[in-house]
Amino acid sequence: MSLVDDLYRETILDHYHNPRNRGTITDATVSTEGVNPLCGDELRLFLKIEDGVVQDIKLESRGCSINTASGSMMSELVLGKSLEEAKAVISEFKKMMLNKGEDIELSEELEELEALQGVKKYPVRIKCALLPWNTLDEGLKSK
Amino acid sequence: MKSWTKIRNDFPILERKIDGKPLIYFDNAATSQKPLQVVNALTNYYENYNSNIHRGLHTMSEEATLAYEGTREKIARFIGAQSEREVIFTRNATEAINIVVESWGKHNIGAGDEIVITSMEHHSNFVPWQKLCEDKGARLVYIEVAEDGNLDYQMAERLITNKTKIVAVTQMSNVMGTVVDLERLGRLARLNGAKFLVDGAQGVPHLPTSVQKIDCDFLVFSMHKMLGPTGVGVLWGKEELLDLMPPMLYGGDMISSVTREKTTVNELPWKFEAGTPNIADVIASGAAIDYLQEIGMENVRAHELELTRHAMNAMLKLPSMKIYGPQNPELKGGVISFNYEGIHPHDMGQILNESGIAIRAGHHCCQPLMKTLGVMGTARASFYIYNTKEEIDFFVDALIKAEKVLNYVACR
Repeated sequence: MSLVDDLYRETILDHYHNPRNRGTITDATVSTEGVNPLCGDELRLFLKIEDGVVQDIKLESRGCSINTASGSMMSELVLGKSLEEAKAVISEFKKMMLNKGEDIELSEELEELEALQGVKKYPVRIKCALLPWNTLDEGLKSK
Repeated sequence: MKSWTKIRNDFPILERKIDGKPLIYFDNAATSQKPLQVVNALTNYYENYNSNIHRGLHTMSEEATLAYEGTREKIARFIGAQSEREVIFTRNATEAINIVVESWGKHNIGAGDEIVITSMEHHSNFVPWQKLCEDKGARLVYIEVAEDGNLDYQMAERLITNKTKIVAVTQMSNVMGTVVDLERLGRLARLNGAKFLVDGAQGVPHLPTSVQKIDCDFLVFSMHKMLGPTGVGVLWGKEELLDLMPPMLYGGDMISSVTREKTTVNELPWKFEAGTPNIADVIASGAAIDYLQEIGMENVRAHELELTRHAMNAMLKLPSMKIYGPQNPELKGGVISFNYEGIHPHDMGQILNESGIAIRAGHHCCQPLMKTLGVMGTARASFYIYNTKEEIDFFVDALIKAEKVLNYVACR
């Protein structure tokens, strides 16, 4: 295995170079900030939640490839989901990233996230992958 | 003096392979590697005369006491102190600064007073002063870094006034390598009746340093960045100041007599060394000082300057390279902070590790400086006595390869 197989997979690089849902929402119903104290990476997350559904999500971040890609994938998966569904996605992702044993297979809809499993081989970087998700988690809790 | 190649042989860790590739250790500003002489001093103590120091009447305790106090004398000579009574062992430079804040600051800083630091301080020469100001209603004042990465000395002249009680500055930036004109700042401090503390954590391992020449009141540094083991810091202070300062910790070894009613505090330096100290690591630190002294700090500086010049020349030829701080190697130590456009420093660190190269990436415990530089973090390569130009050439090649790994497309 190599760095390119584990960490810098095509999916990740694609999301890194072309992050989805970048920007801000002026009439956001929730906005939260996340910081990774290890590297100083910052993330601002905007949500527009109406009728219990994530109608819009935008991220503004300055971070590494893993952080950016993870946030980008997350935004795609959560957009249009109900709060319950969004929370379930978060918990499934966290379970995958924090599980110490064998790789976990995710449901078909979340398959793309499996690209991030390679990050687990580089423990310092797990935090990079989790930052957007923890920020979203916090945002939804404040709702 | 030993040749630079022979010096490498004293560091067995440099034989190490990282994933099959020879280690290139460029993370010296974080901690240096240790020569056999230091490792042997450590094991020799544990294998042959391990015992507690002071007050022991047996042979081994005497040997240990001699070796422990011997390091103190070596350090006093190394930094040009007048007496070894001025040399206090701590856990690290951070603890040394905290002793000054607790034992001097708390008794000498009041509401409306000012403490002057720079915007490129490590958090360790930052946070303790910030907290003290908060507690006392004093003001923390920053000398800013100018565009060229050097301190703005004109600003220093305006900011250091008769309100200033202490000027606390780094000898050398751990991010940009900027070497500070300590004598100039020291004069300003004295002119205004302020005390002068120098954070030598980065400077003392790499630059000839004399407390008499700088004419400072306090100097702190850490042995693990200068070939010594972890767990030993040094607080040097002028004797008349240290004499007036109360101990920070109370307990064994820092007393001269104890009755049920009253305790008399021990004399310098032991009054600041409560409890059993880090005997083994202090003893091994003596071997580190011997090693550096044998090379000579002028030679250390010259070697690092040559490496830095070589590295900067090659790095600045890369089109997407930005190096922070002074662009003239003469004005800086062997620390190069850089960013490669489009590559986050963490990704850079990870990719270089694939080539066996150890650098550091992130904010380097200098978040305020990162704000000034307008970056989230930087990648940092830092050199020491055992590094070579060949390693630097390999490193520059790896930088070029890093760009390919990330298949860099857009400037972000």
